[in-house]
Amino acid sequence: SLQFGTPRSVFITSLIPVGTSIMAVEFEGGVVIGADSRTTTGAYIANRVTDKLTPIHERIFCCRSGSAADTQAIADAVTYQLGFHSIELDEAPLVQTAASLFREMCYRYREELMAGIIVAGWDPRRGGQVYTVPVGGMMTRQPVSVGGSGSSYIYGYVDSNYRAGMSKEECLKFTAEALTLAMERDGSSGGVVRLAVVSEQGVERQVILGNQLPKFSTV
Amino acid sequence: MATVSVRQYHRGGFSFENCKRNALLEADINKLGFSSPAARKTGTTICGVVYKDGVVLGADTRATEGMVVADKNCSKIHYISPNVYCCGAGTAADTEMTTQIISSNLELHSLSTGRLPRVATANRMLKQMLFRYQGYIGAALVLGGVDSTGPQLYSIYPHGSTDKLPYVTMGSGSLAAMAVFEDRYKPNMEEEEAKRLVRDAIAAGIFNDLGSGSNIDLCVITKGKVDYLRPHDVANKKGVRTGNYRYKHGTTGVLTKAVTPLNLEVVEESVQTMDTS
Repeated sequence: SLQFGTPRSVFITSLIPVGTSIMAVEFEGGVVIGADSRTTTGAYIANRVTDKLTPIHERIFCCRSGSAADTQAIADAVTYQLGFHSIELDEAPLVQTAASLFREMCYRYREELMAGIIVAGWDPRRGGQVYTVPVGGMMTRQPVSVGGSGSSYIYGYVDSNYRAGMSKEECLKFTAEALTLAMERDGSSGGVVRLAVVSEQGVERQVILGNQLPKFSTV
Repeated sequence: MATVSVRQYHRGGFSFENCKRNALLEADINKLGFSSPAARKTGTTICGVVYKDGVVLGADTRATEGMVVADKNCSKIHYISPNVYCCGAGTAADTEMTTQIISSNLELHSLSTGRLPRVATANRMLKQMLFRYQGYIGAALVLGGVDSTGPQLYSIYPHGSTDKLPYVTMGSGSLAAMAVFEDRYKPNMEEEEAKRLVRDAIAAGIFNDLGSGSNIDLCVITKGKVDYLRPHDVANKKGVRTGNYRYKHGTTGVLTKAVTPLNLEVVEESVQTMDTS
């Protein structure tokens, strides 16, 4: 029978790109964020080079997972709101503010939306911060956060390999390896690994292509 | 003691009030053995490619109503602005109306800014409208054009997500067309090479997908010039009948002939020309 309201089964099998692996890690001086690059509509890969690391402000990014349409629309709305707020304040906005704006929207429209977002960035007051806003609209700060359909496969890896006080390079290696493992096991994740470092100095982006991904033992 | 909560009525936006009723009617009609008329979908293969000097958009020309071809030569490349065109797949009415609405709004916007419209603006307007309708407007679009920022290509899905890419395909024949692109796409191609690639991608859709067919339309957009090539390639010519069904006079023998003149008087004769200026 045809369902209206929140037809979740229709949602996932219809023409809406879903599926992802995203991650963010705090370090002294900033954050490292990463994501895979695959968006799928059913079994077809609609975009194999997606950029899921979306700038919200100069030193604030969000990692998007869930429905591409929903997360793009939310990110555009929050970018506008935060830009307006920043001009009013005449100051760089706080990462917590950006995360709160995401939370407001994701919680208010929780029945209509399918969006799992990780907000990460650097501000002068509290340095590097990672806030996770999963499906449902909760918001919490975490030193390391993973999201998307591929995240299920790497909770063990992340919990066992994360150490507080890692350097920027260690965080990059940690993120790249974790995402590689997730992409290996999750059908809805794949393509390239996109990484970004957000710090006081600004944003450094990099891409790790398929053949350059870290290799693990193939069993 | 109960508190009464008043339902807030939404102002504006799409009204989904009739959806349950429509579903029940659909079920009732099916029980009687009939089927309700299907929306005309464009089946379709559409694609676009960014090349050295601009973008090339391509589309087939078949519009289907279920398993019947409703239009053998429909135009799927829609005008948005002098420098921006949009291919449409999905529900024919939705792609037609959506592109016209955005084209109209973009012209007004362009007059307000005093500038040539940007592809990114058209993309923003389209995605925000489609998201607002939550996927009920079945328009899957390939938007391409050249503006002050350079050549750009976007694919836009019915739910409102967009991707900015160097080559895109949409529609039921998109997998066939994408196979051609993934094999032969190179960055910074020359115009002839790009046109050949798009032509071949649409041809792959036409010959391998039942929902696509007939001719190949192309639209080449460069800085300051648009070549709307319709048709660029008549891939499917109507066959010539090998038999002749004309019969000579006298083939059928006449047994009897009765002529009855009808006496009609011309009462009044007036000619009114329509003002077609």
